[in-house]
Amino acid sequence: MPFTMTDQLMITARDIRKRFGTLEVLKGISLEVKKGDVIAIIGPSGSGKSTFLRCLNHLETIDGGNIEIEGETLVSTEASGACRYAPDATVQRICRKMGMVFQQFNLFPHLTVMQNLIEAPVVVKGMNRDAIIPKAEALLRKVGLLEKRDSYPSRLSGGQKQRVAIARALAMEPDILLFDEPTSALDPELTGEVLRTIRQLAEERMTMLVVTHEMAFAREVSTQTVFMDDGEIVEARPPAELFAHPEQQRTRAFLEHML
Amino acid sequence: MMEYLLLILGPLLSGAVVTLKVFFITLVLALPLGLMLAMVRLSRYRAASGIANGYIWLMRGTPLMLQMLFIYFALPFVPVIGIRLPDFPAAIVAFVLNYAAYFAEIFRGGIQSIDRGQYEAAKVLGLTYGQTMRRIVLPQVVKRILPPISNETITLVKDTSLIYVLAMNDLLRTARGIVQRDFTTSPFLVAAVFYLVMTLVLTVVFQRMEKRYAVYDD
Ligand SMILES: Nc1ncnc2c1ncn2[C@@H]1O[C@H](COP(=O)(O)OP(=O)(O)OP(=O)(O)O)[C@@H](O)[C@H]1O
Ligand SMILES: [Mg+2]
Repeated sequence: MPFTMTDQLMITARDIRKRFGTLEVLKGISLEVKKGDVIAIIGPSGSGKSTFLRCLNHLETIDGGNIEIEGETLVSTEASGACRYAPDATVQRICRKMGMVFQQFNLFPHLTVMQNLIEAPVVVKGMNRDAIIPKAEALLRKVGLLEKRDSYPSRLSGGQKQRVAIARALAMEPDILLFDEPTSALDPELTGEVLRTIRQLAEERMTMLVVTHEMAFAREVSTQTVFMDDGEIVEARPPAELFAHPEQQRTRAFLEHML
Repeated sequence: MMEYLLLILGPLLSGAVVTLKVFFITLVLALPLGLMLAMVRLSRYRAASGIANGYIWLMRGTPLMLQMLFIYFALPFVPVIGIRLPDFPAAIVAFVLNYAAYFAEIFRGGIQSIDRGQYEAAKVLGLTYGQTMRRIVLPQVVKRILPPISNETITLVKDTSLIYVLAMNDLLRTARGIVQRDFTTSPFLVAAVFYLVMTLVLTVVFQRMEKRYAVYDD
């Protein structure tokens, strides 16, 4: 793989600020994500991990800072403090480079597994049904659920639902995948199958940001582990360093609590 | 007896046609209008939402009969918008305006019951708001609101008899005319059977639809 490719900047977030009413949830978050990076985001409940992820793909709007996706400006903040988003069409185009997997799966219950996968390619990209179905089948095979193609989501286990959700996100061919606690709604015995799927994507050099409470997973799969607390990034380092020698007292306290 | 029934069946059937017309036209027009009202009611435009809210209150807060009388007798004298409608259009306008308000509340409840995660999933997949409503939200809403819509529709069958106040010869008024003329109550029985059959047909239709939607669980 050429080095120029691996160094390509996928996400540049600078000094992201976000308030809900008077509550300051993100207090200036900066993060760079390169192609092929797997960023694990860990931290206590309420520290702003989900909010940060949701700001990146415009599920939340920010109050300050800049976000660039693959070199294109999603939002920038002027010296005056005014936050300016790109025009709607541009925002939509930029955000389409990112897929997202939710804690609660959010599969479409009225559509079969196959229909869940092809809905967006057909409706958003205008792709031909016959053209997309073989690709969708390949994705289902990849997550090990081809035999469920005609099932409705309510018939699947939690782990199967989440793997369908991952396949659905991949069907739009995103460059970046965002995961918000993909295994937190699962029974413990079902987290493994989902984590295996994400690990497989990591091996294929998919660029990913994964908010997770699974410390072992963060440690083994991520290229960078980001520890967030109270709306700030306290420490962001390769997991081998962060887990073995946390520099900050807050990181140390959190890890001790988690392990 | 049989001969007498056959004799009165002719006029009763033409009354039934009036009843059916009011029923179907109201249903076909009030459902989409109700959906639009619900969307306006739920929109972020405060003024529009407030107006829709007020409209629904007005229509549900006054008797349908009063609304019908107003549109037929009083509307012609209202300045600017005053128009004189013949009896059948006046009745239809009143029914549609009234039922749209009830349907709007049913749609609103249905739309609000859809999880926010559905909108977010659709958005991150690139669907526009319109696509999300059409392809993701409303199909799920239909499943959830079938029972209350079915209820309202059956009520409509019977409410059609209110058009007698505009002296229109629907099924019930025709039956009453014959009862008073011939001093026999059998026309009422015929009318009752007709309403029951229609309600039965609707019940079966809605049960079929509910069954079709039962292929998936929320
Ligand atoms: N839509 C919202 N309106 C108001 N406050 C919100 C909203 N979303 C999040 N918050 C608040 O922002 C803070 C950060 O929330 P966030 O969900 O980002 O935390 P988190 O790190 O993902 O926590 P968890 O591990 O529990 O998922 C919390 O205090 C939360 O209550
Ligand atoms: Mg969260």
